[in-house]
Amino acid sequence: MLSDAEITAINHEISLVPHKKAAVIEALKVILQHRHWVSDECVESVAELLEMSPAEVDSVASFYNLIFRKPVGRHVIHLCDSISCYVMGYEELYQALQQMLDIRFGETDTDGRFTLLPNCCLGCCDHAPALMIDEDLYQDVKPGQLKRMLKKYS
Amino acid sequence: MERPLTKHISFRRPSLALEEYERTGGYAAVRKALKQLTPEDIQQQVLASTLKGRGGAGFSTGTKWGLIPMGADAPHPKYLIANADEMEPGTFKDRLLLEGNPHQLIEGMILSAYAIQADIAYIFLRWAYRKAAVLLQQSIEEAYGAGYLGKHILGGSWSLEMHLHTGVGRYMCGEETALLNALEGKRATPRAKPPFPQLSGLFGKPTIVNNVETLCCIPHIVNNGADWFKSLSRCAEGGTKLYGVSGKVNHPGCWELPMGTTIRELLHHAGGMKNGHRLKGLLPGGASTDFLTEQHLDTPLDYTSVAAAGSRLGTGTIIVLDDATCPVGFVHNLQHFFAQESCGWCTPCREGLPWVEKTLLSIERGEATPEDIELLRMHTHMLGPGHTFCALAPGAMEPLQSALHYFMDDFERHLTEKKCPYANHLHR
Repeated sequence: MLSDAEITAINHEISLVPHKKAAVIEALKVILQHRHWVSDECVESVAELLEMSPAEVDSVASFYNLIFRKPVGRHVIHLCDSISCYVMGYEELYQALQQMLDIRFGETDTDGRFTLLPNCCLGCCDHAPALMIDEDLYQDVKPGQLKRMLKKYS
Repeated sequence: MERPLTKHISFRRPSLALEEYERTGGYAAVRKALKQLTPEDIQQQVLASTLKGRGGAGFSTGTKWGLIPMGADAPHPKYLIANADEMEPGTFKDRLLLEGNPHQLIEGMILSAYAIQADIAYIFLRWAYRKAAVLLQQSIEEAYGAGYLGKHILGGSWSLEMHLHTGVGRYMCGEETALLNALEGKRATPRAKPPFPQLSGLFGKPTIVNNVETLCCIPHIVNNGADWFKSLSRCAEGGTKLYGVSGKVNHPGCWELPMGTTIRELLHHAGGMKNGHRLKGLLPGGASTDFLTEQHLDTPLDYTSVAAAGSRLGTGTIIVLDDATCPVGFVHNLQHFFAQESCGWCTPCREGLPWVEKTLLSIERGEATPEDIELLRMHTHMLGPGHTFCALAPGAMEPLQSALHYFMDDFERHLTEKKCPYANHLHR
């Protein structure tokens, strides 16, 4: 069941577009803001609001990298694995993160604190390697800095 | 040397707010255009400026605009969209413009929208550019407050609404018809052309999609004229260009330089190779361009010259391959990206790219045979132009085909030594 706040926000998005279906990505973003991931039940609720089939909604939800269809940790680490970060050693960061958190790409640590995801080029290739934790960008990252960096996120 | 696009960008202070931007001559072009120029005047000026689209394809902006229906019978609403979904690996030039001077983009969009008589403008921004999102939203609100956006702009008859849309992450959103699908709330798959977006774009209405850097050129063209814009360049393609360099160079970065600056000069701006490293090759304009090598250092970085050298200018941001980085691993990383970001709409791309990626991985691990090299060669043809629905897979094949040409000895060493001859890569 969606909350009143979610339904109000989705109805607002519907009011901005020529037809209901066109609001589906924005509706899914509303769900993400409130719950950080999109459950099957949420897909069905969004489908009902937008007069779509759940399969249509899921075809969009499952297409985009940032619409999570599985639960994620309280914080998401987006590690850039594209070419400039590859040349500048993102793999060392990946190895260090694996050791610190005992998780690989796509996994969440046991206390639900961090989910680790690979990310396509973050557009800071002149300061590679780079990563984002939630909405915070970190550039020219060295493996030795990671421990302190992660401490900020509880 | 003039640097119109980046003159007022400095990261030692916050980007210019509206009043500061106006003090540097900002929005003068909008005032001039709405009072003195017809939409057709601006279209003509941009065509005469020889401005080519800075998103990678290098198509004439004036020609693109020229295909949109004008006049009393034209369907409305018409749309103008800024493609700020910068996601080509190795590309970080639009971020500079978005974070450094957001009002310049908004002014360029207002002028472009006026030139095509658009009613609604969108900025399609990638999610990762959080700082740009905040600045653009503030700047749009400021522009509304000052009467540069909204109903009856500067008291005239023309109105424009502008919205910021942040994406949810897919490389395909940078392809203009896929971007339109994403804005309509659909999967970002490409559309068949024709009809071209100028006739049937967003929600079936006439639409122009332009890159951020392209749009940022427009205020300067309107202020200073087409001849001035052409004079900025060293070649027949007008303007300056935002060039970038990343990889193992001393000072990776982004610089605005005359169009036609050579690769050698650009690498000089980047401070040359890092100590102990040698240049082995480079991608001149993002992940989907062919490798060039040392023999091409004096190639001017303009669309025509880079094409003549066997590659593409693309986004103009160089990625350097140094002699300590394995070319097979490098190309594998690129193909991993393309395979993952293929939208799956057409079969050759959806099936072919993962096959290429796996084949490269087996070479990198020393588990491949000479037939695998032939398999890669076959894919460079079968996924090349004319075999797929859009340009993603042909773009992916550009670094692969040129790597097979320039770095064949490296591929062969992986086969004969049955391992990667370059040390230090970790998780393969």
